[in-house]
Amino acid sequence: MKMSTSFAIAAVTVVLIGLALTLTSPPVDVVQNGYRGTGLALVYNPRDVKTELASSKVPEALPRAPDSGPAAGKVYQNVQVLGDVSVGNFARLMVSITTWVAPQQGCSYCHVAGNFAADTLYTKIVARRMLKMVKFINAHWTTHVGAVGVTCFTCHRGQNIPAYTWFTPDPPHARGIMESDTGEARPAPVAGLSALPFDPINTFLVNNAEIRVQSETALPAGDRASTKQTEWTYALMMHFSQSLGVNCVFCHNSRAFEQWQQSTPQRATAWYGIRMVRALNTQYLGPLVSVLPVDQRGPLGDGPKVVCATCHQGVYKPLFGNPLAQQFPELWHDAATPAAEMPAGATKP
Amino acid sequence: MAEFQNIFTRVKVHGPAYPGVPLTPGEVWPRQMTPVFVSLLGRIGDAQVGPIRLGWTGIASLISGFIAIEIIGLNMMASVNWSPIQFVRQLPWLALEPPPPGIGLALFPPLAEGGWWLLAGFFLTAAILLWWLRLYLMARSLRMGTHVAWAFAAAIWLYLVLGFIRPILMGSWGEAPPFGIFPHLDWTASFSLRYGNLFYDPFHMLSIVFLYGSAVLFAMHGATVLAISRFGGEREVEQALDRGTAFERGALFWRWTMGFNATAESIHRWAWWFAVLCPLCGGIGILLSGTVVDNWYLWGVKHGIAPAYPPLWPPVADPATLPGAPQ
Repeated sequence: MKMSTSFAIAAVTVVLIGLALTLTSPPVDVVQNGYRGTGLALVYNPRDVKTELASSKVPEALPRAPDSGPAAGKVYQNVQVLGDVSVGNFARLMVSITTWVAPQQGCSYCHVAGNFAADTLYTKIVARRMLKMVKFINAHWTTHVGAVGVTCFTCHRGQNIPAYTWFTPDPPHARGIMESDTGEARPAPVAGLSALPFDPINTFLVNNAEIRVQSETALPAGDRASTKQTEWTYALMMHFSQSLGVNCVFCHNSRAFEQWQQSTPQRATAWYGIRMVRALNTQYLGPLVSVLPVDQRGPLGDGPKVVCATCHQGVYKPLFGNPLAQQFPELWHDAATPAAEMPAGATKP
Repeated sequence: MAEFQNIFTRVKVHGPAYPGVPLTPGEVWPRQMTPVFVSLLGRIGDAQVGPIRLGWTGIASLISGFIAIEIIGLNMMASVNWSPIQFVRQLPWLALEPPPPGIGLALFPPLAEGGWWLLAGFFLTAAILLWWLRLYLMARSLRMGTHVAWAFAAAIWLYLVLGFIRPILMGSWGEAPPFGIFPHLDWTASFSLRYGNLFYDPFHMLSIVFLYGSAVLFAMHGATVLAISRFGGEREVEQALDRGTAFERGALFWRWTMGFNATAESIHRWAWWFAVLCPLCGGIGILLSGTVVDNWYLWGVKHGIAPAYPPLWPPVADPATLPGAPQ
């Protein structure tokens, strides 16, 4: 074979391998999500959707017990959150939580055998806090979770710790005279493996840095948002996109991202979601770090944070909108949540 | 009989090494390097490599460029804590970033806070400008026109707009792009997002026209010359004037195809202007973003180039504007 021919074959092979590793193989499903001809199309890979459907199986809810029995708080000691639930449904919920969170370890994951009332195990402290959090979400954040609501299973999926949480990353970086850590220009798994900022979570979903960077006027009128700042917003948006398994046009008209009039209703849902996650991280997850064992903290000693993927896990609606929570009205009443824990302006259902 | 092939040619001119025309008397930097012959290079061009004439501009340019690359590379390596393995693995992601916007236009920010970026930018710019000078002087010493230097100057214009002129107008070095493979692409996407979609920037439109147009013209010209090479069209300069030559066939091909044909000389003006106008227009489009226009989409609406489409769902209100909204 001539040398030039072998060279050509080698070059074509390299290019084809590169393409095969880079691109999604067809066919993909395309769903129109805007006026015809505008290219606003959602793209779903049917193989991925199949996997997501398979991993979104929800355990059968146990049959409800009568609500008429004595309240759990009267029968058991140290019931701080679910005291007004009837004993039967209290037991039902406890068994369900075991299925959702600790199917292998059972009751003893949180409770000391022989003294269920004791607060000895840190897991029980965490579980109580998480119960309050679930009720807080279902009662005050219908703007984001709608009538579907959430349960422990939404995030835990039968595991002690949800598969997707966030710790402040601490990639090794030389100190001293060289360029200091800019928070970007490293492979960022949270932002689609781009070189965008690798921790938009602390910036936007724990702290409330300004997300909006696109000018709202045609001509300069004092908007000082920088291109660098835009990279941070961009990283956050990549996190949304990955967490929900959608592209930009699920929420935005990509020709004019900031225009609300051209956005889809999902953008407003996401807007409330951002505020909800901030509230969860600052009011529920943040204070928990002191009770967590060291091996459950991040590289910088911080506690886990809720991100979009914690519930969504690659799907536009967690568990494809399975209404499991509706069969557990105990997770909706919010009498136990002190008013101080509600953010100003959180909406009543 | 040897003939030209489509991509690789079998015809190779292989004579004794030829150093080129004599040097100007008193030339300080002579041509360096003993010529060598590389058979593979002969397949895509001239098999003779060297001698090269660097001159003081070439030497100074290479030194400046080396310093710039060292500053960029060592800072990238520091960002992976001096790990050679991680440096290789993560290289496409690594960057030397400009100072944070808060630094403004300070000339001597701390090295760790963008100072290295300014230094690298200075030396890279010096290297590029010295290379431009080298191209210019080389052309003059060969009694050529200086078209190559001015074409390169068009690219330098875009480079300077991005990293120097526009940041100064915006009052912050932080507006400049980083040095890095993926990071400068992320920066480009973010730039378009910040300024409301560059596709509505008319100078961006023109730049794309000239970019794609250059590719089309290059293909048309290259194809025409190759197609008439069987008649010796690529070799005979006098054919540009004579009748019935390979060149005239090329011209007739386009006249009969689309009524108009460039000439053997003017096609190169077409190519030169298309190539030069691409970064020239692009640079203007970047320069106007943030300084004169802040949102190109809204600017497009204002000037009737961005159509409105019928809504598919009830209007979505910005929740931040609703009463009682969480912050």
